[in-house]
Amino acid sequence: MGSYVLRRFISVILVIFVVATATFFLMHAIPGGPFKREKALPPAIQRNIEERYKLNDPLWKQYVDYIGNLLRGDLGPSYKYLGRSVNDIIREGFPISAHLGLVSVVFALLVGVPCGIISALKQNQWQDNFIMAFAIIGVSVPSFVMATLLMYVFAVKLQWLPAAMWGTPKHVILPMLALAGFPTAFFARLMRSSTLDVLSQDYIRTARSKGLSWGAVVYKHVIKNAILPVVTYLGPLIAGIITGSFVVENIFAIPGLGRYYVTSIYNRDYTTIMGVTIFYSALLVMLNFLVDIAYCWIDPRIKLTDAKE
Amino acid sequence: MRIRKSLLWFACFMTVLLIASTGFAAEKLAKKQILSFNVGTEPSTLDPAKSTGIPEAIIELNCFEGLTRMDENNVPQPAIAESWTISKDGLVYTFKLRKTKWSNGQPVTAHDFEWAWKRALAPETASEYAYQLWYIKNGRPYNEGKLKDPSKVGVRAVNDYTLQVVLENPTPYFLQLCNFPTLMPVYRKVVEADPEGWFQNPKNYIGNGPYKMVSWQHNSKIELVPNPHYWNRKKVGMERLDLYLVDDIQTALSMFETGQLDWFDAPPAAEIERLEKQGLLHKSEYIGTYYYMFNVTKKPLNDVRVRKALTMAIDRQTLIDRVVRGGQLPALAYVPYGLGDATPDKDFRKIGGDYFKEDLAAAKKLLAEAGYPDGKGFPTLTILYNTSENHKKIAEAIQEMWKKNLGIDVRLTNQEWQVYLDSRTQLNYEVARAGWIGDYLDPMTFLDMWVTGGGNNDTGWGSKKYDELIYAAQAELNTAKRAKMLHDAETILMTEMPIMPIYFYVNLTVIKPWIKGAFRSPLGFIDFSTAYVLEH
Repeated sequence: MGSYVLRRFISVILVIFVVATATFFLMHAIPGGPFKREKALPPAIQRNIEERYKLNDPLWKQYVDYIGNLLRGDLGPSYKYLGRSVNDIIREGFPISAHLGLVSVVFALLVGVPCGIISALKQNQWQDNFIMAFAIIGVSVPSFVMATLLMYVFAVKLQWLPAAMWGTPKHVILPMLALAGFPTAFFARLMRSSTLDVLSQDYIRTARSKGLSWGAVVYKHVIKNAILPVVTYLGPLIAGIITGSFVVENIFAIPGLGRYYVTSIYNRDYTTIMGVTIFYSALLVMLNFLVDIAYCWIDPRIKLTDAKE
Repeated sequence: MRIRKSLLWFACFMTVLLIASTGFAAEKLAKKQILSFNVGTEPSTLDPAKSTGIPEAIIELNCFEGLTRMDENNVPQPAIAESWTISKDGLVYTFKLRKTKWSNGQPVTAHDFEWAWKRALAPETASEYAYQLWYIKNGRPYNEGKLKDPSKVGVRAVNDYTLQVVLENPTPYFLQLCNFPTLMPVYRKVVEADPEGWFQNPKNYIGNGPYKMVSWQHNSKIELVPNPHYWNRKKVGMERLDLYLVDDIQTALSMFETGQLDWFDAPPAAEIERLEKQGLLHKSEYIGTYYYMFNVTKKPLNDVRVRKALTMAIDRQTLIDRVVRGGQLPALAYVPYGLGDATPDKDFRKIGGDYFKEDLAAAKKLLAEAGYPDGKGFPTLTILYNTSENHKKIAEAIQEMWKKNLGIDVRLTNQEWQVYLDSRTQLNYEVARAGWIGDYLDPMTFLDMWVTGGGNNDTGWGSKKYDELIYAAQAELNTAKRAKMLHDAETILMTEMPIMPIYFYVNLTVIKPWIKGAFRSPLGFIDFSTAYVLEH
């Protein structure tokens, strides 16, 4: 186990390094730059700016400087939001996105998983049909439609909740629902199919025949075995959702991190592109790693060793 | 009969009462003088020397005050400068400053202006709008790093309350520029302590304008309250301004409808008609032109007859009514309305008039003369635009008009903003969409960009005569002669037609009826110092 963790850790560092390098050269390959404007700047002013932000250094030097700073944990200054470092941007935006994301994941789990189980237990009955109809809507309606619809109904028409902004618990509800729509439906479907799969296993019949009640079988054997695919999906889902969604944050005017994934590229804000990409990939590989460890805990048959050991 | 008479009296009485009550209500102020406005986007910076956008300028111009301030009629009025004298050759301005204070109570002096302007010009400040100070003697060489000695730059504090400015050329709009963010004074101590990020902390955001910042929640909201040390404090009646930083216009509209916002700009095109019916939509002058550029280095666009035919063969009014919406004005010339001529009260556009007509027969004739009768043999043209729903709709409409009217096949290409800018500068296009918003209220801000090789002249076009007129106008002291030169320059531009004007912008804004007193300049800036809220 110890050596496995070490190997995984080294591979995590490698992955982040490769991501950083690829992103760096790709973003410099696309046309434009952080200080290119519709109103073209006089060449002298363009030079002043490039000098000031060291954009006229050769690319390899910019790369070496960047990686050097990165190793010290310094993601550099934003080129778009002057006077702010990318570290600041992540420090301010991430807690908000993470708050919203975690609430949404918990909602999705609390609603999606039980719905999936009920669906499987009542297969092809009205409960199943009802839940699966909703699940199809949840999977297929994109979040921007959901967000706009929720805002229109609950904020503009009924005036129950604020239309946008962030700050009080009331502000969380609509974006949470918009964000949780897809994972909730996805969890329900995933849980349904894996529960059906587990229900047909021999050990369930054994458990039943040794006299365990239905409730005990479902609780002790079915859920524990059926939840594995959900756990697998949880890793990338959490990484994706807590780093923020561009669409939902934009529509509800939430000052999270999500918008930067898109706007930093439009703005050619090189340091921010790098910073948020590295942050996201680090989080993603880390969570996948945690999921692997969680497997081991949920299902003792899975061992975290390399094949040779 | 008697009943009728009394009814009549009663009706009269009620009418009087009604008029009196509405009249009375219209005067009554709301208890809470708070206004919320959507600035539209997170400011890139709030350092007046370095900012470039209109959202930033709106905040800065309410937190700082320059030598002058523009009034409702867009005429520069004394502000921090109490009075000034201008030398006969139009080159030396001597400003006499009022005794005013920064928002921390310290005095604002002429030295603050001298320091702030030289800082904006210093190459290491890397200010994008530094060219707004190139009008000052030696401003340009100093900014370009060719001149090292800042004392040679033409701005000098003669004493604490006298500022002398020497210009390169007589610049009739220099007093206007004194109200531009780049020329705002800044508080030296806080700027020197943290030149990059001094404005990030509201405590350090020391200004001399009507308002001061109390909080800045990134991507969310900026709060301004009156600056107690502002010299004209009694003019400011608001308690607080909530400036929201909401990007999405649909969201801004929802916030407006739920009462979270009192005022926002650029409503979604689909809602314009409804908002106008409800009386919430306001249109104001905005000096900008939407046009298509022709790449004159490519066949068949190197032929002026082809360019003219294309320009004459579209129906601008239909395009505005059906596609753009919002009451823009058809552009049959390049310089928009709202800019002064020889005297500021005359409109440059009205005097210059239209330069061409939408005339199908003439367009077809020109195209035939160029060797393409009924569009036969005309190669497929490509219109390039940056990815946006509005630009796409306009391009589609023009595509259809050219096809129908001239028999020309047109392809559309869209590119992401920065890629599009790159294609433009590389002249890697045939026809490209563009827009231009003026930097100051003078036709020069529209015309000087078309000089040969100008940074914004992405058409490959150039004319020696045109360049001479522009350079001569820049040095001309006589306003009538200068205006004539600018008209002549526009005539050349509209005769050779490297660009096809489409429409003049208008500013569309949505305001709650009880918000009064604030006004917007045609440059897009808003002065909130005189705003007030009626009871509602």
